[in-house]
Amino acid sequence: MKVIKIDKKEWTGGIDKSREKYLLFGPVKDKDVTNKEHYIFKKLAAGEFPVMEGVDTVLSPKSVIFPQTEKILKSSLDQSQPDHHIMKRVENDYSSRAVIGIRSFDAKALTLVNLNFDTKDYQDPYWCDAYKATTFVGLAVNKPSDVDFSTSMGSGPFGEEGLDVLLVDNGEEFLAKVITDKGKTFLDAAGFNKTADESAVKKIEDLKAQAEKTIADKAKVGTDNLKNKTVLDLYEAPFWDDIAFSCINCGTCTFVCPTCWCFDIQDETKGKSCTRFKNWDSCMFPLFTLHGSGHNPRGVKTQRVRQRFMHKLKYFLDKYDKGTMCVGCGRCVQSCPVNIDIREVCNIMNNYEPKK
Amino acid sequence: MDSLTQKIREIASNILKEGRVDMVIGFAKGTIPMTTKPYMARTPEQVENFIWDKNCTLNLANYITGRKEKIGIIAKGCDSRNIVNHIVENKISRDQLYIIGVPCSGMADKHNPDELRDNCATCTHRNPVIFDVMAAEPVEEQKIDDPFADVKAVEAMDKDAKWSYFEGLLQNCIRCYACRNACPLCYCPTCFVDESGPQWVGKGQNKTDIQTFHFLRAFHCAGRCTDCGACEAACPMDIHVRAFTRKLNKDSLELFGWEAGLDITKRPPLDTFNPDDPNDFIK
Repeated sequence: MKVIKIDKKEWTGGIDKSREKYLLFGPVKDKDVTNKEHYIFKKLAAGEFPVMEGVDTVLSPKSVIFPQTEKILKSSLDQSQPDHHIMKRVENDYSSRAVIGIRSFDAKALTLVNLNFDTKDYQDPYWCDAYKATTFVGLAVNKPSDVDFSTSMGSGPFGEEGLDVLLVDNGEEFLAKVITDKGKTFLDAAGFNKTADESAVKKIEDLKAQAEKTIADKAKVGTDNLKNKTVLDLYEAPFWDDIAFSCINCGTCTFVCPTCWCFDIQDETKGKSCTRFKNWDSCMFPLFTLHGSGHNPRGVKTQRVRQRFMHKLKYFLDKYDKGTMCVGCGRCVQSCPVNIDIREVCNIMNNYEPKK
Repeated sequence: MDSLTQKIREIASNILKEGRVDMVIGFAKGTIPMTTKPYMARTPEQVENFIWDKNCTLNLANYITGRKEKIGIIAKGCDSRNIVNHIVENKISRDQLYIIGVPCSGMADKHNPDELRDNCATCTHRNPVIFDVMAAEPVEEQKIDDPFADVKAVEAMDKDAKWSYFEGLLQNCIRCYACRNACPLCYCPTCFVDESGPQWVGKGQNKTDIQTFHFLRAFHCAGRCTDCGACEAACPMDIHVRAFTRKLNKDSLELFGWEAGLDITKRPPLDTFNPDDPNDFIK
């Protein structure tokens, strides 16, 4: 596999050059009116550069492909128009874009979401068009955070799944591992084309081993038994009430999650025009499953908490046989107001033996 | 081990053993630094999970709403005031509760652990106002010269500056509703933003809809908010939502001489009529 060497002095020049052909997205520092600072993924304005110091973002970059609120269809309500009340697709910009500095687990997460939105029978056009238009330029995680357990969940600090390029920070330079042709095209557009020498591959492997060890030295999350458990044994297990006790049923875990894909459709009218929106939804909200009849099959919070973990760690695994629908980014662990820790829940599920 | 933690466990264990309560609600240690989690002990063995430290930032009154059991609850000053609210608003009866009061010297700021969080720095009710037993001697209450200096600064802004400040405060809201759901006051069976037949508020990231949620929620807490800070402790985006509730707390104090949750015999000012009301419009 080819490795390109990018001198950090040439980084901003190359990024600027790439803007000629790509819309860029990346993590930037955001400061609110009370001077609180966060890093967020957003579209980079001219002259704005992604922060490449391996920062944690509260929200995952999924919104680049799957915005929290997205206009999808529109129609006219003006009955004098021949096409009134006919929904038509909103014209969004799907020109080439690149996400710079996305982490490996987040890129893998998007491949999992893709399984849901791009199937043999159905293709969500909004997701598919955006996903296909995007080049993912990842940044390997040299120093994993305390809540990163990605190696347990089929990803890792240097994982390549879902990425087109993997950048590895090596002091004065980035070593760019070219993973796909799409990635090569981006690097060419940025003018990054100096092939690294033989030692680069070894250097990347060393940094990878070091980062993976940092994660492995912490508590391990077991997933090996999940597949062989029966759905009903886990569903009826006695531990759900205890896990759910502290839950306040907010949507934090699902909104910060890079793999949560559920959405709600809303129509809004203004004057003579109607717009249809696709909004993130959350299985933590009672309204998520409220039927028109008033009946709610998940009316109690334990049922909703169970649904979230069963979907992530069991139903998805059974349906696709592609591991869990958790990539171990640790965002929900970090942000949950009541410290419900998916690492603990996963271990409880994985180790559960029903009483016969 | 911390003596307060020790004492809490001892009291909790005793009331469970004596059968005075079915459960005790307190805090357990979190799995990451500077966190705790609300925890319910049903057996004397489980009380060993209780801890007390500078990170017990949520409000446990949120966990007793509408419960039918006999409940032991660990309450710092603000939790106790919300318990009073709950009793006044008929969300729980006094007889159901065994309140283990914990004098509080303030909780740590989640980003600057050496400092007190904002609401604790101006708190004047650190000792529980209602309890069955105290886990320690009361602490000295703080004397704050100007507890609402922050609100006054906003009041002093001109109209445009004020509005852009409000917009700025809410620009990062993701509508996860953690603020609402962590709040003991927010117990409506269906929140107005969740009304679906018909729907009252748009559901997307439209800023007017986001502002509608926050402003209305704040007004709904007028005269009831204890400034416990659970909303901000819960917010994943670090939004200063108390900017809104604090203005209403200041108004409650100035207009009605009222601080929420101090007396189980008194109803909140917006919930009652008083012939001596200081405002002319109501007479």
